[in-house]
Amino acid sequence: MTQTAEATDRYVEQFDTLRETRKLEPDWLRELRREGFDYFQRMGWPIDDKRDEMWKYTDVRPVARTEFRLPNAPAVMPSSAEIAAIFPFDEGMSRLVFIDGYYSPDASRIVDADDGSILRITEAVREEETLVHGHLARYSEPGHDASVGLNTAFFGDGAFIHADGRLTAPVHLVYITSDHADPVVTYPRTLVVAGKGAEVTLIETFLSLGSRNHFTDPVTEIALGDGSSVTHYRLLLESADSYTIGHVRPCLGPDSVYKSVVYEVGSGLMRLDLEVLIEGEGAFADLRGLYVTKGKQHLDNLVSIDHAKPHGKSRLYYKGILDDESRAVFGGTVYVQPGADKTDAYQEDKNLLLSDRAEADSKPSLEIYADDVKCGHGATAGAVADEAIFYLRSRGIDEQTASRLLIKGFASEILDEIGIEPLRLFLEERTASALPRFVGAEVVA
Amino acid sequence: MAAPKVISRTSTQEELASDYKWGFVTEIEADVPPKGLNEDVVRLISAKKGEPEWMTEWRLKAYRYWTSEEYREPRWSKVSFPPIDYQDIHYYSAPVKKEKGPESLDEVDPELVAAFNKLGIPLAEQKALTGVAVDAVFDSVSVATTYQKQLEDLGIIFGPISEAIQKHPELVKKYLGSVVPYSDNFYATLNSAVFSDGTFAYVPPGVRCPVELMTYFRMNSEGTGQFERTLIIADKGSYVSYLEGCTAPMRKTTQLHAAVVELIALDDAEIKYSTLQNWYPGDKDGKGGVYNFVTKRGKAAGKNSKISWTQVETGSAITWKYPSCILQGDNSVGEFYSVALCNNHQQADTGTKMIHMGKNTRSTIIAKGISAGEGQNTYRGLVKIMPTATNARNFTRCDSLLIGSKCGAHTVPYIEVRNPTAHMEHEATTSKVSDDQLFYLMQRGIKEEDAQYMIINGFCKGVFAELPFEFAMEASQLLKVSLEGTVG
Repeated sequence: MTQTAEATDRYVEQFDTLRETRKLEPDWLRELRREGFDYFQRMGWPIDDKRDEMWKYTDVRPVARTEFRLPNAPAVMPSSAEIAAIFPFDEGMSRLVFIDGYYSPDASRIVDADDGSILRITEAVREEETLVHGHLARYSEPGHDASVGLNTAFFGDGAFIHADGRLTAPVHLVYITSDHADPVVTYPRTLVVAGKGAEVTLIETFLSLGSRNHFTDPVTEIALGDGSSVTHYRLLLESADSYTIGHVRPCLGPDSVYKSVVYEVGSGLMRLDLEVLIEGEGAFADLRGLYVTKGKQHLDNLVSIDHAKPHGKSRLYYKGILDDESRAVFGGTVYVQPGADKTDAYQEDKNLLLSDRAEADSKPSLEIYADDVKCGHGATAGAVADEAIFYLRSRGIDEQTASRLLIKGFASEILDEIGIEPLRLFLEERTASALPRFVGAEVVA
Repeated sequence: MAAPKVISRTSTQEELASDYKWGFVTEIEADVPPKGLNEDVVRLISAKKGEPEWMTEWRLKAYRYWTSEEYREPRWSKVSFPPIDYQDIHYYSAPVKKEKGPESLDEVDPELVAAFNKLGIPLAEQKALTGVAVDAVFDSVSVATTYQKQLEDLGIIFGPISEAIQKHPELVKKYLGSVVPYSDNFYATLNSAVFSDGTFAYVPPGVRCPVELMTYFRMNSEGTGQFERTLIIADKGSYVSYLEGCTAPMRKTTQLHAAVVELIALDDAEIKYSTLQNWYPGDKDGKGGVYNFVTKRGKAAGKNSKISWTQVETGSAITWKYPSCILQGDNSVGEFYSVALCNNHQQADTGTKMIHMGKNTRSTIIAKGISAGEGQNTYRGLVKIMPTATNARNFTRCDSLLIGSKCGAHTVPYIEVRNPTAHMEHEATTSKVSDDQLFYLMQRGIKEEDAQYMIINGFCKGVFAELPFEFAMEASQLLKVSLEGTVG
């Protein structure tokens, strides 16, 4: 038991109430929910055991202490035009919008699902039961950790994407928490099943409409079949007073390719576990991340790549820009299991510190149990290099502009990887406005 | 068993052909109180040493802290072993000696001198290696120290810590526990309570120690734990190079070794600390061997001071040690060079901590891990840049080499940066001996096995180069012997 009984009591009440209203759910799902909840009840949040290496740098007591309410209904229902105004990049894409955990049909649209299906997960449980049953909670097991346990027990709605071929339009999943007087919690759930040779592009966006405290506990499972390819953008744009503890679990089949770009500017206290499993031979995972923090933000990215099969390749490249008193934590682990020969893995984390009160903690680790491998990692941290500023100044660029250019250049190494042009522009702007005193709008390279 | 020798100096191919060359037992009468630990045993150890009351009190304070309920072995390391029964260990073992300590080498038990000669550590000064002063520690007790006279003339104090407690209480009182407090960690606390001997060295201001100081640790009695305590102080502007070597007999049961080493470098002083750790690693099936749970830490307390650790870890069933540097003085420098080898069932979780506090502090970490057989080798290191450490620099490089498909190599660096002027870089790689390199050497007529050794030796070269010459030769041989049968 790692926390006080009262702290879990309120969840018990919520769980029992929901169990009544969800009587129509299939037995297997009720079983999964029970399993997740039992795990949470037994283990709670990892707050008491300071020796837990996985949580060395992140204190989730604020989450454990706050009494979060599950919203009974969405507080607002924005129109399609309003959503389009917030996200100018998703024209022509399929879009599913969830507000406070509830589906918003007005703001959503399906553009192209000829070679598959894009459904709400509650719909999918009914309409594609065999498929959902085969995949849901198979990758993110209900007893994986506290946040997955809670999400499995409570998730209300979310998205299910199944592709047999190429989905021409990217799918934009928008999880919004509106402004509430008291702290609320949402449990977004996403399941992507990419069949043999399928191609899917997915954008998951998390956004707060207000600036008050709320908690998001999302779980995303992605199954990649033989030779399939999934490109996954994950945008964390929540308010600086919110908390989020999330889990993303891609499982890569033979010769599949998973590319992800994680972009994080929001949240006051964030922990994201991105746990990739190379389950088939010759799979490739390319993981990139950019986090931009200021104020008292605390962002913790735990990325692990488990090479279970030979000939796998992984690239992990995360960068952070830290201002004020913010703190960023990066924990990267590459596991190479016995027999996973010819694995080629590299991970790198670079941090740019803009303030003398910011802190960057990195732990890029390797755990290797096979001998015929090529693995490496690197990490750096520091301020904008004086030499680089001098170089630009010697060419007549003033110091502030020089510094802005260098920061922009630092971020572009990640952002340039984004293949959707309007999305890249959108994120460049977000980065600029997140760091107004460094990256002014007048610098357009 | 044939008379074993330390391999570098006189060894022949035949001598290198058996497994562990240092596994002999010396039949010598030992003074061993009953197994187990309680306040009385702590008092007994203190009394045997004729220690002053402040020392006894300090030990008891540590003992009481150690017995507090919540206090446990650290569990974050990547090693596994059955629980240790701390009541099943002898906490003190000393060769029985005459009432008075030996005045000269002639009075030292000839069996002991023979034992050290077997190890290639000649205690007779006339035969001693030029330029090395040796303090020999047998089980828990320092039995002989060479070159003392010459060192005394320079004002250098070098000898057993038990003697320093008697003769130089002011220095011991001031510095003992100042770098590794008695409450530091489970094993360090245990050591603080029961340490029996170890080495003490003090180099006065402005003195450059003309010889290398060396302690040779030998674990002999069965069922004993060895708990030495080493304290080295380099006063302003001084320099000292210190070497340590360790071996133990082959035993079917495991033995606990929990040592503490504290280094203090004042303004402009430099301490170079080299270790060849070759405790008995256990047999091929992982039976027996030494649990080497050691706390080593240096404080670069003064301006422009420097502490440099070099270690070659080939022995022990389990190694758990993190020789660290607290870079407190402005412009101070910390270095860590390590080769760790795990063969058969050996486990090692070793690395360093560099804590940057002063301005312009610099640190370098070069760690080479070699895993063979079913060995599990982990590098675990921390680089921490405190807000006060303006312009701190760190460079870290950890490389792992895997030989065979059943072993594991792990790298767990922790990097904590709290000052934007810091420049830190970390690199790590893991690979096997490359086929291309092997092919290149073999097509030039070099046998595969020799080619393998050449490549492995080259892999470690950067670290060996940091060792004093004699030690570097020995280290390279040690590696070869420890890897026997795994390559080629």
